[in-house]
Amino acid sequence: MNTIELKNIFKTYPAKNKKLTAVDDVSFSVDEGELFGLIGPDGAGKSSIFRILTTLLLADSGNASVMELDVVNDYKEIRKIVGYMPGRFSLYQDLTVEENIEFFATIFNTNIKANYNLIADIYIQLEPFKKRRAGKLSGGMKQKLALCCALIHKPKVLFLDEPTTGVDPVSRKEFWEMLKRLKEQGISILVSTPYMDEAKLCDRIALIQNGKILEIDTPQNIVDRFDKNLYAVRSDNMFTLLKDLRNFPKTDSCFAFGDKHHLVLKENNIDLNELRAYLQNQTNLEINKIEPGIEDCFMGLIAKSNTTQEQLPVQSE
Amino acid sequence: MNNEIVIKTDNLTKKFGDFIAANELTFEVYKGEIFGFLGANGAGKTTAMKMLIGISKPSSGDANIAGFDVYKGTENIKRSIGYMSQKFSLYEDLTVRENITLFGGIYGLSNKVIKSKTDELLEKLGLQNDVNKLVGSLPLGWKQKLAFSTAIFHSPKIVFLDEPTGGVDPITRRQFWDMIYEAAHNGITVFVTTHYMDEAEYCDRVSIMVDGVIKALDSPAVLKKQYNANSMDNVFLMLARSAERGD
Repeated sequence: MNTIELKNIFKTYPAKNKKLTAVDDVSFSVDEGELFGLIGPDGAGKSSIFRILTTLLLADSGNASVMELDVVNDYKEIRKIVGYMPGRFSLYQDLTVEENIEFFATIFNTNIKANYNLIADIYIQLEPFKKRRAGKLSGGMKQKLALCCALIHKPKVLFLDEPTTGVDPVSRKEFWEMLKRLKEQGISILVSTPYMDEAKLCDRIALIQNGKILEIDTPQNIVDRFDKNLYAVRSDNMFTLLKDLRNFPKTDSCFAFGDKHHLVLKENNIDLNELRAYLQNQTNLEINKIEPGIEDCFMGLIAKSNTTQEQLPVQSE
Repeated sequence: MNNEIVIKTDNLTKKFGDFIAANELTFEVYKGEIFGFLGANGAGKTTAMKMLIGISKPSSGDANIAGFDVYKGTENIKRSIGYMSQKFSLYEDLTVRENITLFGGIYGLSNKVIKSKTDELLEKLGLQNDVNKLVGSLPLGWKQKLAFSTAIFHSPKIVFLDEPTGGVDPITRRQFWDMIYEAAHNGITVFVTTHYMDEAEYCDRVSIMVDGVIKALDSPAVLKKQYNANSMDNVFLMLARSAERGD
């Protein structure tokens, strides 16, 4: 059974003199118990997809279902069995931590005790602040509280829209560890993120840009399909090296990646000595062939589909 | 990058009641340097940055920004710096030209200077045909480039960037860093916060704040060696995991 299924979903928003296409013929499915990631930048259409699946927004056309319930006809049933953490913090700022959780439990006819085991390891971290108003919490704590509230009725499917955006690397890591434990309890999870390094933590991912899905597969399969040689290049002067590499006539693309530059050449059989000769002014030059990551793949796909945020109008979510 | 110091702090501290948000920060930043200001949520980065840009008075300690004292010279500091916040900071319902003119005017540039610099900027960005478009209608990548260009339009000595690349696609993110490199190359000091640890690697030096204190400060290469880590991500995790302060 597919826990989530979308078929040919379109969504447009009215704008001056034209329509903005936020979701452009999107189809994918999420299996039971799967941790599925929607990976893409702002304006890719991620939040629209979340709102359609959580029955808060109607698609222009196409079909979607959650646990085989139709998002249009069975919306009341869906709302009982899903947990949703929107991208924007949407709990009650002037209720305390404890009051927020109790409030959401009550709405779903349950109480904190009944499902405590599900939220226990998150709640322990929140407990010292349980009398604090939600509005006074810091970003990381707000996110933990929102997750608790989304879990309190023991949902079958969890929708997390950019739960780690703006969160520091330590809190991000902790958040993903929590997701892993929830997955082990059998909850299916659809999560979105603009951070490419989080892609590898998902079972399967869809790379999305400007409303269109560029690729869907396991992170490993996507990486394996990258068919060009990729080189990591470094030298003493990374600024001039980047310029030199981009000026090399046989360069396809070159981008900074942390302490190295990632280089793709136009053809795979180019003699590296030619490149070395071209870069003779660089000192301590190192060129190594490396395995691509998801970010390399995503950038390759964007370039191929010609849909960077440069060229197309942004599709506001 | 040279040895001229443009930011110098000496035991700079900010307390809120008993809570020490920023604790005895002492560091220097050089002209033309790209300085990464890292730390976990709640470590005190925003508090420190607010003192540096002259909008929050320190509880104790000293700081000199672009040659001006943070107690007495806040108005001069504001004129000498540029600032770009993580939230998009231009006016969406003004056109490209109106935004540039507004900010140029706020920074006291004459209409003549604004006009010639605007033409120069539009040509560089390739936005000549979009000058009368509302900023709200521009693609996200362009908005951010325009926001950065506006922040350095008055040729400040230092530009402060607060998580400038959140939410943009990976190619646009790198094009944004190309602009940062160029600004630094032209002598503008770049003081930047980010949650992307690969971006920390692009900085000449980075500081990492934990619980209000600067726990480490050096070039990424030296820090990685010192903490025996293969990436800045790991250096950050090692330092920030020791945080006791809930974020």
